[in-house]
Amino acid sequence: MKLKPLLPLMVFVGLAAALAIGLTLKPQEVPSALVGKPVPEFALPPIDNQTVGFTAADLAAGGVSVVNVFASWCAPCRVEHPQLMAIARDTDAKLYAIAYKDKPEASRQFLDRLGNPFDAIGADLNGRVGIEWGVYGVPETFIVNGEGQVVHRHVGAVMEHDLNETLLPLIRRLGG
Amino acid sequence: MMRLVLAFIACLLLSAGAASAVGVDEKTLPDPAQEAEARAIMKDLRCLVCQNQSIEDSDADLARDLRAIVRERVAAGETPGQVKSYMVQRYGEWVLLRPPFSARTAVLWLAPAAVLITAVLLLWRSRRRMRPAGPAPLTAEEQARLRLLLEQREDQP
Repeated sequence: MKLKPLLPLMVFVGLAAALAIGLTLKPQEVPSALVGKPVPEFALPPIDNQTVGFTAADLAAGGVSVVNVFASWCAPCRVEHPQLMAIARDTDAKLYAIAYKDKPEASRQFLDRLGNPFDAIGADLNGRVGIEWGVYGVPETFIVNGEGQVVHRHVGAVMEHDLNETLLPLIRRLGG
Repeated sequence: MMRLVLAFIACLLLSAGAASAVGVDEKTLPDPAQEAEARAIMKDLRCLVCQNQSIEDSDADLARDLRAIVRERVAAGETPGQVKSYMVQRYGEWVLLRPPFSARTAVLWLAPAAVLITAVLLLWRSRRRMRPAGPAPLTAEEQARLRLLLEQREDQP
């Protein structure tokens, strides 16, 4: 059987292929358990009287929604902020913020300095609403369709290429 | 010798403090049976921030929040299955440190045993093949030649 001497080579190739695929995986990025499901039930008060809070019902009222979980103490949130401004400027999607475990004054200062793309900013002071959304770090960004279903979750800062290659096309496809 | 033994025992006793790894300022449940049940559930839930630790071990903020939720739900009378299900609904199956055995996770559970059995089988077969067969016994002709050669050597001093 001429196949036997090839066996170590075949095992090596198989193992190398499996490990090569493994190098491209990102176990830190847990896939959201909410994708394909309706948004969780929640109601958030506004961070201050210059804005409004929002609830699950607002996200099912039609139109694409972008829900961004941020905090003033979160450095990557600064990095991704221009991309959020771009979404507000270049699409019809409504932007909702969950200010996660943040002092309302600090959240407001953050937005005053970097710009406010949000139609509503909810104060999640104890992080419980974040837990309902399966949030395990900041920032996270969810795309919700017109029926209030979570369609996509982005973990970490939204960089320009994430915006251009994934989020903007998705928002446009959903009609936003 | 006695001092070594005493020193060893002292080290063991000191390290017992680390066994209660949960944060010192946390409010544990007043009912010790419920607290024990909550701790058992915590040991089975993965901290998603420090992903190789359970939420019982982890210092992360999120772990502390999740511990509080586990305690609340246990105090409210939920079973471990219900508490874990609550977590899985929000964080997915990955939050369980011991994934359930299902069609999808069968490969994960069985692969180590399968690899071990395959390795043992291959080793066993290669050992059988490698055992040398030993030289063939001498034919009558070769025995005669051998006798001759040995006699010749005995003649030479």
